[in-house]
Amino acid sequence: MYRYDSFDQRLVDERVAQFRDQTRRFLIGELTEDEFRPLRLQNGLYIQRHAPMFRISIPYGMLSSKQLRTLARIARGYDRGYGHFSTRQNLQLNWPRLEDVPDILAELATVQMHAIQTSGNDVRNITSDHFAGVADDEIVDPRPYCELIRQWAALHPEFAYLPRKFKIAVTGATNDRTAVWLHDVGLVLVKNDAGEIGFRVIVGGGMGRTPIIGHVIREFLPRADILNYLDAILRTYNRFGRRDNKWKARIKILVKERTPQQFARDVEDEFAHLEGGVATVPDAEFVRFDSYFTVPAYQTLSGDDSGHKAAVADNRAFGNWVKRNVHPHKVPGYAIVTLSLKRAGVPPGDATSDQMDAIADLADEFSFGEIAASHEQNLILRDVRQADLFELWMQLKPLGLATPNIGLLTDIVCCPGGDFCSLANAKSIPIAEAITRRFDDLDYLHDIGDIDINMSGCMNACGQHHIGHIGVLGVDKSGAEWYQVSIGGSQGNEASLGKVIGPSFAATDMPDVIARLIETYIDERHVDERFIDTVRRVGIEPFKERVYATTH
Amino acid sequence: MPQLIKHRALADDRYTLVRDVAAPAELPDGVAVIVPLSLWLAHRGPLIARGDVGVWLAPADHPSALADDIQRLSVIAIDFPQFTDGRGYSNARLLRERYQYAGELRAVGDIGRDQLYYLAQCGFDAFVIPDGRDAPDALDSFADFSDGYQATVARTPWFRRRHLAATRDVAYPTA
Repeated sequence: MYRYDSFDQRLVDERVAQFRDQTRRFLIGELTEDEFRPLRLQNGLYIQRHAPMFRISIPYGMLSSKQLRTLARIARGYDRGYGHFSTRQNLQLNWPRLEDVPDILAELATVQMHAIQTSGNDVRNITSDHFAGVADDEIVDPRPYCELIRQWAALHPEFAYLPRKFKIAVTGATNDRTAVWLHDVGLVLVKNDAGEIGFRVIVGGGMGRTPIIGHVIREFLPRADILNYLDAILRTYNRFGRRDNKWKARIKILVKERTPQQFARDVEDEFAHLEGGVATVPDAEFVRFDSYFTVPAYQTLSGDDSGHKAAVADNRAFGNWVKRNVHPHKVPGYAIVTLSLKRAGVPPGDATSDQMDAIADLADEFSFGEIAASHEQNLILRDVRQADLFELWMQLKPLGLATPNIGLLTDIVCCPGGDFCSLANAKSIPIAEAITRRFDDLDYLHDIGDIDINMSGCMNACGQHHIGHIGVLGVDKSGAEWYQVSIGGSQGNEASLGKVIGPSFAATDMPDVIARLIETYIDERHVDERFIDTVRRVGIEPFKERVYATTH
Repeated sequence: MPQLIKHRALADDRYTLVRDVAAPAELPDGVAVIVPLSLWLAHRGPLIARGDVGVWLAPADHPSALADDIQRLSVIAIDFPQFTDGRGYSNARLLRERYQYAGELRAVGDIGRDQLYYLAQCGFDAFVIPDGRDAPDALDSFADFSDGYQATVARTPWFRRRHLAATRDVAYPTA
């Protein structure tokens, strides 16, 4: 993975010193709350319902075991011994003290981590494919490009006070695992007929109050031009994005109001002035970034491991886990393992400090000391020998990290909701918990198969409910918490936005509502059809009828 | 009194920023003024004849409106009604990089020490620190960062210079 050099380190250290001084001036009254707010947000610090909420950047989801141990130590020392892995591959702490944040940042800097631009109206953490570098459907490894773009975004002097937040995702695989169509900018690494690497550039996607699938404004942008092109997009947005209404300030609204075709021309006009300029990336720089993401020291193994196959056949519980939580690896004899952070009794995405320490140890023992965080809020060991899978599973079980539910109904994506977040209209975690408890029959879960349930406590859509096969949105109705349900949303190559099925429900109805939706699917499905496929084929009507016939 | 910082030092300000004026005749006599873009565009001839005039741009103003006057103007100001409105950063770069403006480019309005480093990178060389904010203290902020990755008005991107410098990988501490 990328390692800081003395230049990178100095910038992060200087940022810590700058924020330490800003915090000092706020605490002695030299900075007002209005003056301090954007500064602390640019360093990941919200003031929330109970305490500050502090968001630590995990660049494109990549962590070393040493970094994860540091996160565990910080969560233990400055918080209540746990952290929340978010849908943007960051880690959130819910209980730090404002006064401690400069010290936390200083500790993060010792392991080459930071919280730069994890909030605020600026370019946020670059997100990417949690299977990057090991997926069997990868065309270009996105990580070197993510690091290039991370460096471009970090402390960019021109774009610290944008109309609104700005999210970029990068993928290099055939199957999108990053929700690339639902970002302010989505970048898809592709090769042209000559074998040259470039980007398909998508703009104006997003969730939130106005969910929109993005538009392609460039089919092939040579990789050397990427920073000039991003400067052109951001400058166009910075100058012309709406600032009169917070809810219309994202780039998607500008793209919609200008029309995608006109917005593309605006960007190309700006780019024409920048193309070939000093920010054009030389080949040597790509070579340098590539050199940080070399192939680890894989053993040469001949295909699938026979002992592993025997264990799968012998042990049904292990087999279930392998079926759901283990994915194919591009190298023979290796596997990608997802550690589920979803189980009854724990908010989705939460991990304790003890679990983080244990995962760091397992990463060292089984996966070259690296961990990835996914936007589905799970953690991944990307380079595990098939021969080690049984041993790893045995060690994960007592840690509560072996729930065999990846992609299943209980692998719920969920924001912190009204329990923690001051923006939320409604709680989300207790609903996820009630659904998880209702669907505790593992055989039934496996029979239901692949399904994404996404839950957000408000319009901001941190739980990405628009792209849930089933999406749940917390709404406020005269002070009471209600839940609006949509179906048919999807991430991936065929991204789609869910359709609301009708009036919203009380919290206590939600497990029944989900159960009725699932029963409808079971009745209607064809062989080998996933929930989303059935919804696409039959539409929302049969689901709607069943749900409202029984609960209203 | 608002305090001018110019070329990274406190300086006397001989200009008066005029925010609301309908005609050149209303301008104070014998004083160097900085006038709104709208006034400049409507009364360009008389203002040039008057002399000692600069122009200030609001966030929504287009730098291209001054393209023909770039050589003539010795001061252009960009207003920040709220420091969270970042349009002026892009407009400053356009004046410097697209229109090759070489005169004084000053930031006015709701700015303070926490904005100066980025403003300077975008091409500002003068800053009017409003009443109630500490201008001498703000001078320190030019040193908040020793460098940066991106291409700006003040520097080429780090990747074009890194081969000239001795950088080394940083090891994690072994804790």
